[in-house]
Amino acid sequence: MIGLSGSNMNKSPRPAAPGIDDVPLLEIRDLAITFDTQGGEVHAVRNAHLTVMPGETVAIVGESGSGKSTTALAAIGLLPSNGRVSGGQIIFDGEDITHASEKRIIELRGNSIGMVPQDPMSNLNPVWKIGFQVKETLKANGLAGSNSKERVAEVLAEAGLPDAAVRAKQYPHEFSGGMRQRALIAIGLACRPRLLIADEPTSALDVTVQGQILDHLDRMTTELNTAVLLITHDLGLAAERAEKLVVMYKGQVVESGPALEILRNPRHPYTQRLVNSAPSLASKRLQSGKAREALAAAAAATTVEVREPADVRKMEAVAHEGELSSHKKPAGRGETILEIKNLTKVFKLRGSLGKSTDFKAVDNVSFSVKRGTTMAIVGESGSGKSTVAQMALSLLAPTEGSILFDGVEVNTLKGKALFDFRRRVQPIFQDPYGSLDPMFNIYRTIEEPLKIHKIGNAKSREKKVRELLDQVSMPSSTMQRFPNELSGGQRQRIAIARALALNPDVIICDEAVSALDVLVQAQVLNLLNELQEELGLTYLFITHDLAVVRQIADDVSVMQHGRLVEQATTDEVFNNPQQQYTQDLLSAIPGAQLLI
Amino acid sequence: MSENLSNKNEPSNLGSKSLRLGKTSTRVIEHYVAPLEETPLAAVDKVEEGGAPLSLWAEAWRNLRKQPLFIISALLIVLVVVVAIFPQWFASVSPTSCTLNDSAEGPRPGHPLGFTLQGCDVYARMIHGTRASLTVGIFTTIGVLIIGGIMGALAGYYGGWLDNILARLTDVFFALPLILGAIIINQLPLFRDNKSVWTVVIALVTFGWPQIARITRGAVIENRSSDYVTASKALGLSPFGALVKHVLPNSLAPIIVVASISLGTFIVAEATLSFLGLGLPPGVMSWGNDISDAQPQVRNNPAVLLWPAAALSVTVLSFIMLGDALRDALDPKARKR
Repeated sequence: MIGLSGSNMNKSPRPAAPGIDDVPLLEIRDLAITFDTQGGEVHAVRNAHLTVMPGETVAIVGESGSGKSTTALAAIGLLPSNGRVSGGQIIFDGEDITHASEKRIIELRGNSIGMVPQDPMSNLNPVWKIGFQVKETLKANGLAGSNSKERVAEVLAEAGLPDAAVRAKQYPHEFSGGMRQRALIAIGLACRPRLLIADEPTSALDVTVQGQILDHLDRMTTELNTAVLLITHDLGLAAERAEKLVVMYKGQVVESGPALEILRNPRHPYTQRLVNSAPSLASKRLQSGKAREALAAAAAATTVEVREPADVRKMEAVAHEGELSSHKKPAGRGETILEIKNLTKVFKLRGSLGKSTDFKAVDNVSFSVKRGTTMAIVGESGSGKSTVAQMALSLLAPTEGSILFDGVEVNTLKGKALFDFRRRVQPIFQDPYGSLDPMFNIYRTIEEPLKIHKIGNAKSREKKVRELLDQVSMPSSTMQRFPNELSGGQRQRIAIARALALNPDVIICDEAVSALDVLVQAQVLNLLNELQEELGLTYLFITHDLAVVRQIADDVSVMQHGRLVEQATTDEVFNNPQQQYTQDLLSAIPGAQLLI
Repeated sequence: MSENLSNKNEPSNLGSKSLRLGKTSTRVIEHYVAPLEETPLAAVDKVEEGGAPLSLWAEAWRNLRKQPLFIISALLIVLVVVVAIFPQWFASVSPTSCTLNDSAEGPRPGHPLGFTLQGCDVYARMIHGTRASLTVGIFTTIGVLIIGGIMGALAGYYGGWLDNILARLTDVFFALPLILGAIIINQLPLFRDNKSVWTVVIALVTFGWPQIARITRGAVIENRSSDYVTASKALGLSPFGALVKHVLPNSLAPIIVVASISLGTFIVAEATLSFLGLGLPPGVMSWGNDISDAQPQVRNNPAVLLWPAAALSVTVLSFIMLGDALRDALDPKARKR
């Protein structure tokens, strides 16, 4: 039990705060949390235990639905109304608050336990000024005093907001995402809590902003000697920011201990899986099935086994059949299939009084993609990378420049020619919940492209759908299911099957794995990689995540503010980045410098 | 607003050579590993194969079956529909064989609800009046769905100038009260001289469609920018094809809810028009006409007025309750797993 790591084990208390340092600040023992739902009781958390010492940063890591947020919310008494603590104890600073009265919990909130919520966009009230919302916290804890205005400005300035007095008079919509998160951190730390619960504080932010904010949070909590309970899905980030990791899986703590040790020497099979597939820690491109099997023998059991070898062979057999029946060209790997020249897109933004201003979303971008390879376009939000994807799909007309697909200009395609182009270039989108029609069952979803292009009859189409499901390792029993019955990763696999139905040459993945949990992400990336190998697919991979690029891409184009700032092979970009911006992006990958 | 603003009072970590190597604690932290048998490892993203597949409609049906609100309203509606189709099953007495001998008589065996001033059987008239009211309600709803649905779908899906024109047109009609508009239409010579169920339906459709148009437009706008619509376009489906195959089916739920509620209000509108003498011709039996006829006698023989009014209320209430039940069952937010 970790609960034992208490006073007698602490051999070197910090000089900063002797005495109180050796009593756990927060101790959760055998916690069980139950939700009453329509389908009966759901045991979201079972038998969870963790200890946070004063001033210590503890990270809870787990995939969505692992109970990590629920555990933390229970500590501050913010469980949803249908949830309750059904067992165990929560002890804060020696006081059992498991079933403390509402009044007592409210007393603790703010000045003893602070909270930084996940989504900076929805957690500030849009109708109140930022300053008011900070003052609210101070008031609630009796800290406002007579000079509340100065205090508010002080608190905001501490969180790293410049011109805090002016900023306090602004509304949330005038803030960027990063600034809102700073305001939330200011609110969370305004009353000098002894414990700060940070629930995925930076997941919604760009990676460079994420780095800045976490650095600042680190500095502040160290100065104030605040303990932090950090909740994250990102193992790299957790290991970088916390002394101690708690890994949760299916509502249970499966492993906990010193962060770096867990990372270097994970003992529970689930943690091993997590460490192996954490993209931020991966250092090389994924290998295809055959290459991996050859390597697997040498590398012992450390590779991620996504599929049984038998399945791989089956898939290959299917793939060969697919090649025979398709109309495919003799694939010449290495020739340029997609060439983008001086692409520019200008959006007209509506200004006041009918005036409009031009906004250059994409500015003079050129690159080319070779057949059978993966080109990644990397950039932060607003860099214009998705606009490039839309234009390459011919769903958006470029303002200037040209897109050559297999030597043919795409912009001018019309009617039949455009229809044929659609057959050869397919997209996969980010949101697995939005890209499948909820009214179509899986069979109709995958059959749709075949029907649109009038390929085969009902019987041959059904055969093809079965093949495709098999290719993406989904059982054919899913055919009659509806998208809402599948998980995000499974839906994304269905979207891949749909994209493959027409035997395309190029697949444009717009943040295709960004919304998925790490393990599922690794699984989908592996699948994409296998399919590339077998079918000679070309990918244009749009992503904000350089770590993913490393795993899947052969070439990288880095975009910033609509412009291409750097372009090279993946190895060159990672080993020898030329531009400051690329270097910034690389160093911001959480866990990149842990050198494991 | 750029994030760079916020770098003033802190040195940017980026670019500088500070490495984030992770933290090590001065404390001794125990390395705990849960026994494997406590949390058996499942395959990553395992596909659950149990249970029957559920479409939106199948799931809605499963929810509805358990709702008393739905059960009661559905039974009542079935009853009303059966009465409308086969009134003779429920009333053996002819509603039109009236004798002045029975004028305003009270109930007696075979005539459970008594007689009107004209000596007609109140119960028989109530049963036979169902058909006209329900016909007006159903056909008006169908007409409103077609016109409002098409207008709203086109406006919402194509947007731009088409939306501007159609939306303003909708607003103009929306500003005119349903009853007032129908009164005016029904007084046009063409309508006044050919009074029938159909003139009432036309008058009500003319002023009833904007509500459906608005709902449809909203639902279509919500769905037209979904990824699955973009995906189907990238598959080669035409924009109109995407509207018909993807956008409309996904927009149906709110439309159905509003339609079932407004079916009730159309029945009320028909009764109101008939009451005012502007709806169905006097020869057609309807609840509205009967209420109108009974009005002069409301003080000495209120039953004659109350029975058709009760039938009207129950029918309208069942449709509104059905709409409410459907609204809950088809709520897309409740469907996310």
